[in-house]
Amino acid sequence: MTDKVLLEIKNLHAGIDGNEILRGVDLTVRAGEVHAIMGPNGSGKSTLAQVLAGNPAYTITTGSAQYLGKDLAALKPEERARDGLFLAFQYPVAIRGITNAYFLRSALNAIRKSRGEEELGPVEFMDALEEKLKLIGWDDSYLSRPVNDGFSGGEKKRNEILQLAVLEPKLAILDETDSGLDIDALKTVAHTVDKLRRPDSATVLVTHYYRILTHIMPDYVHVLSGGRIVKSGGKDLALELEEKGYDWVRDEAPVA
Amino acid sequence: MTPLADTRERYVAAFKAFAGNGAARAPAWLKEMREAAIARFAELGFPTTKQEEWRFTSVAPIAETTFALSRGRESPHVTPRQLEPLCVGGPRAVRVVFVDGAFAPGLSVVRDLSRGVRAESLAAALERDPELARQHLARYAPYQASPFAALNTAFLSDGAFVYVPAGVEFDRPIELMFVATAGDGPTVSHPRSLVVVERGARATVVESYVALADGLYWTNAVTELAVGDGARLEHYRLQRESRQAYQVATTHTTQGRDSMLRLHPIALGGGLARHDVQTVLAGSGAELILNGFYLLHGSQHSDHHTVIDHAQPHCASHEFFNGIVGERGHGVFNGRIIVRPGAQRTDSKQTNNNLLLSTEARADSQPQLEIYADDVKCTHGSTVGPLDQTALYYLRSRGLSPETAAGMLTYGFAAEILGRMAHAELREELDRVVRARLADRSGGGRRA
Repeated sequence: MTDKVLLEIKNLHAGIDGNEILRGVDLTVRAGEVHAIMGPNGSGKSTLAQVLAGNPAYTITTGSAQYLGKDLAALKPEERARDGLFLAFQYPVAIRGITNAYFLRSALNAIRKSRGEEELGPVEFMDALEEKLKLIGWDDSYLSRPVNDGFSGGEKKRNEILQLAVLEPKLAILDETDSGLDIDALKTVAHTVDKLRRPDSATVLVTHYYRILTHIMPDYVHVLSGGRIVKSGGKDLALELEEKGYDWVRDEAPVA
Repeated sequence: MTPLADTRERYVAAFKAFAGNGAARAPAWLKEMREAAIARFAELGFPTTKQEEWRFTSVAPIAETTFALSRGRESPHVTPRQLEPLCVGGPRAVRVVFVDGAFAPGLSVVRDLSRGVRAESLAAALERDPELARQHLARYAPYQASPFAALNTAFLSDGAFVYVPAGVEFDRPIELMFVATAGDGPTVSHPRSLVVVERGARATVVESYVALADGLYWTNAVTELAVGDGARLEHYRLQRESRQAYQVATTHTTQGRDSMLRLHPIALGGGLARHDVQTVLAGSGAELILNGFYLLHGSQHSDHHTVIDHAQPHCASHEFFNGIVGERGHGVFNGRIIVRPGAQRTDSKQTNNNLLLSTEARADSQPQLEIYADDVKCTHGSTVGPLDQTALYYLRSRGLSPETAAGMLTYGFAAEILGRMAHAELREELDRVVRARLADRSGGGRRA
């Protein structure tokens, strides 16, 4: 483990359409760490994920988020991605007509190009992809299908994890990737994420439920409520939440 | 402005000249049919936007232009080298070429047709085997209902004839190319195509309309496709007329029992284009896929009116039409599905999705369902809108630039249609044509 700070969020306020949802979030993520951000519905978990990925619909009003020492607010979504920030979407978007293979290769090449690496041709790409497909238990029939078009909920989530595996980000944010998955799919996804962990990368799991944390052990657990992190702790905190429910921390929460 | 009555008289006069000269050698039944067709045109005249079927498309520019009847070109005016980049059928294709409406034997490549397969000029077929042509010609495209079909029938002299006898599986693409030289002054041609695929036979046909230059002319085409019991026909249609040209076309199809017809009309060209596709599922168990696409920019106007007529039970039809409309373009889609009384267990699905690339672009989409049977499954849906912002953001979050992301989403509208084309070589060629056209537009070329 290194002490390198990947993400530093300070007093972040942000919202959408004039509604403030995040009301002073502080969070530091270092290389090698796994953080879990838990919280009840409407607490701002997904907003935090979207703000970090650069969704243009959201606005930062106060505070800052620094990624690799750069102010995220000054970076476009594609610049963040090329710098190694990845968001696995809670609701992945269907792209009609574009095959998964073409999409994945275009994304990987956009990132490789920005790093000054050579772009991969279709054949080299397929070779590199084989092992990643195995990780999530897919055959290559999924590659010729249009991106997320007609995919089941579980298939869409797996497809996000396939992108994670291919793009090898430094900071991966998984927004409710576990929700809507059956137990086998959950195990596969969790196992893959665990396997992709590297000492120089970090993972932020945004989740409503405890169960994924039994497969991916977090180093830190934070509880988000009313747009703020109201409690942080080790993995035991997740277990405590599982037993006592969110009301327990909500009661402790400072009045927003 | 030309009074409408004058317009009709102009065509009737042109017909008299035509019937007196070039068309004299035709069999008596054809002469009679032409006479009846011009009489019908004289009754109907050109449609106006007051007529529901023509609400969004004004053919006044066609009615008001005086077109000379195209006499066809001597082949030496056009060289194979000029045509080569416009061919999409690949090296194995059988090619029947028409220049300004007239058969061009020197440009055609018709060899090694075995087992009774024919791909030739309709004029030749009428001369050599009039009975075969008579059994099918004008049986599926009723000129009584449409002034344009009536004009085409009145001036019917040449076009393409494809015949695949019962049981023959012909795997080479048959490419019918209608080439406009767009030379001197406005001319009109009335190409006619007749494709007969008999019981249990198989064929792949490409109908292609291209221009060698920018220029004002009018193509008034009629195509009839007859697909016999258990037969399979994969039919591609690529319309790349000049940006100043007018094209009005109707495609009429009829299908026998357990037959399979896949239609892939692609409209890229023309200043004003109208394509009516009228299909009849005339035998039980027949299946139809109508998978089309239009890409418009400049001030192009393109109108597709499709009718899928479920006349028999246990048939399936799937219609997919996508449109990309940029700049000041206007796309029109009207899709009518008729399920006749007794056509039980019909399975019909229709979608029309339109992508608008500018605030001035426009698309009108009208699904129409007429269902007269109770045990059927019919769905339809249509969308008109700009690029999906959520999808753009999703692609950007994967490292793609906004330009690349927009290009990918736009291409996806075409790729979705191209992806359903069964013939790999043709699909790749058409993909190349579509990509080139998309690149042309994103390069900012305002040409129309």
